[in-house]
Amino acid sequence: MPQNEMSNISNPLPAVRFENVSRHFDQVRAVDNVSLEIRDGEFFSMLGPSGSGKTTCLRLIAGFEQPTSGKIFLHGAEVGELPPYERDVNTVFQDYALFPHMTVAENVGYGLMIRQVPGAERNERVNQALELVRLPQMGQRKPSQLSGGQRQRIALARALVNRPRVLLLDEPLGALDLKLRQEMQIELKEIQKRVGITFVFVTHDQEEALTMSDRIAVFNAGRIEQIGTPSQVYEHPATAFVAGFVGTSNLVRSDIAQKLTGSAQTFSIRPEKIRMVEPGTPVQNGWASVEGTIREVVYLGMFTRYIVAVEGGRELTVVRQNLDETSMDVLNAEGKRVQLTWQRAFDRMLETP
Amino acid sequence: MFSRNKSPQPFASRAPLGLKILVGFVLLFLYCPFGIILLYAFTTEETAFTFPPPGLTLDWFRVALFERPDIFPPLLLSIQVALVATAIALVLGSLIAFAISRTRFFGREAITFLVLLPIALPGIITGISLRSAFGLLGLDFTFWTIVIGHATFCIVVVYNNVIARLRRTGKSQMEASADLGAHSFQTFRYILLPAIGTALLAGGMLAFALSFDEVIVTTFTAGQQTTLPIWILNQLVRPRQRPVTNVVAVFVIALTFIPIFIAQRLMQDTNE
Repeated sequence: MPQNEMSNISNPLPAVRFENVSRHFDQVRAVDNVSLEIRDGEFFSMLGPSGSGKTTCLRLIAGFEQPTSGKIFLHGAEVGELPPYERDVNTVFQDYALFPHMTVAENVGYGLMIRQVPGAERNERVNQALELVRLPQMGQRKPSQLSGGQRQRIALARALVNRPRVLLLDEPLGALDLKLRQEMQIELKEIQKRVGITFVFVTHDQEEALTMSDRIAVFNAGRIEQIGTPSQVYEHPATAFVAGFVGTSNLVRSDIAQKLTGSAQTFSIRPEKIRMVEPGTPVQNGWASVEGTIREVVYLGMFTRYIVAVEGGRELTVVRQNLDETSMDVLNAEGKRVQLTWQRAFDRMLETP
Repeated sequence: MFSRNKSPQPFASRAPLGLKILVGFVLLFLYCPFGIILLYAFTTEETAFTFPPPGLTLDWFRVALFERPDIFPPLLLSIQVALVATAIALVLGSLIAFAISRTRFFGREAITFLVLLPIALPGIITGISLRSAFGLLGLDFTFWTIVIGHATFCIVVVYNNVIARLRRTGKSQMEASADLGAHSFQTFRYILLPAIGTALLAGGMLAFALSFDEVIVTTFTAGQQTTLPIWILNQLVRPRQRPVTNVVAVFVIALTFIPIFIAQRLMQDTNE
């Protein structure tokens, strides 16, 4: 695959570039003035709740939608009104969209058949693609004879066999159960490394995005709130929305924020960064501290979530690994008076909307 | 189609006896006439039917086949009309279904309604309208005027079958095809046509059956021509060799029943 070897050399042209792209459906601004660059060969996730515009962005890249305004470039060339069949991208659909009247091999070979790749080469590439997704024996089956996970792999093989420069994945793991989904996450990432194709992955699952991506764009209401590596997005959320959507966060506002930081600006602190100690424990330099009462305890096996009511009627969520506690200890903690402390280095000032 | 999980049917409990008896009566009421027609195709009486038939004979089939040449021109005409009307319905009905299901345009709802209307409209209205339209246009009654009359309701059954299938096929298969490099015609040829194939076949067979036994609209659009159902109607007025009419009726039943049966099976198989 010459073009795949190419893409390992860092290519200065971004694989995908959006320049102030908007897509309106009547009055709804599905995508609202989005600009972004997806680097060649990276695993790029578009993360956001449903209706945030991430899938529409994907469909704009594929050519199923046309931008209302703005420009879209694929590898430096503006694609504008180019129909899907003239774009060097392939899509793995959310519902897989396998052709039910064709065998698995015919499904996978469809793109090659359309491009009139000769029969022998076509067979070979179909077999390679089936091996890549670890289903080499399934060629003669019909899609209806496959399990959900297998269909998902076939949809992937059908897209990859064409060796597109960009592969678009529209929540491809959404319909799979948790175990299978976690397996496929790792496998997808491995396949992406092996073939070196740019992956654009749409998901509403923040864990999935954190696990797989080189970079993540967090979408909300048709706009991008933040683009960054998983750790940037998690550790340094740019906005309150990102802090809340990616993982859980305690948002601390106004009066409490004033007391703790000396500034009324809203900040966020991750539940796992907060320690729970006996009230009255001296506070070290560079640590924040607040007292409260444990209002609710949620025992989750591996760890426990505590909801602590602090002064001013606010609540902070604290997550603690169950290192020394048994479930009995944990559940008895309700109503206890505690002191919460965390390193000031871990809380994040947020742009207040 | 992807096989769906076979969930236990929530209403699979046994029907109460009263309902069973009622259903039995309804079916009896619907199908008894068929039985009687069938029975008197074998009777030995020529002019009047008495119950029970005094004797049974196969002779009327011989008579119908060899001694009544007046049967065959209407039969031929009916088959030709049904075939052509079905062909027209297949093309137009599926085109309308594509347009309605794939695009949004002004007047879409109105067109959906207008397409469905002919099947709900009493045949006599369709017949009178067509007759006066032909009259206004100065058209003579020909083979084609019958075909046009039949096509009005044949289009509906094809349209209904195709649009139901298109709804279930889902847009993403078309998009997947385009995404894999196929332009519109290739997508039609390789994806859409196989997907709606059985729906077309089923719709076509229903259309054929509908056209083949149509009387009312035909009366208004046939002029002096005689289709098989009209021939049968005429026979009832002058009772000569009455069982021959029954023999022909049995033939008509067979020719409409078989396609409908096959069509139903086709739709059932693919719905599973």
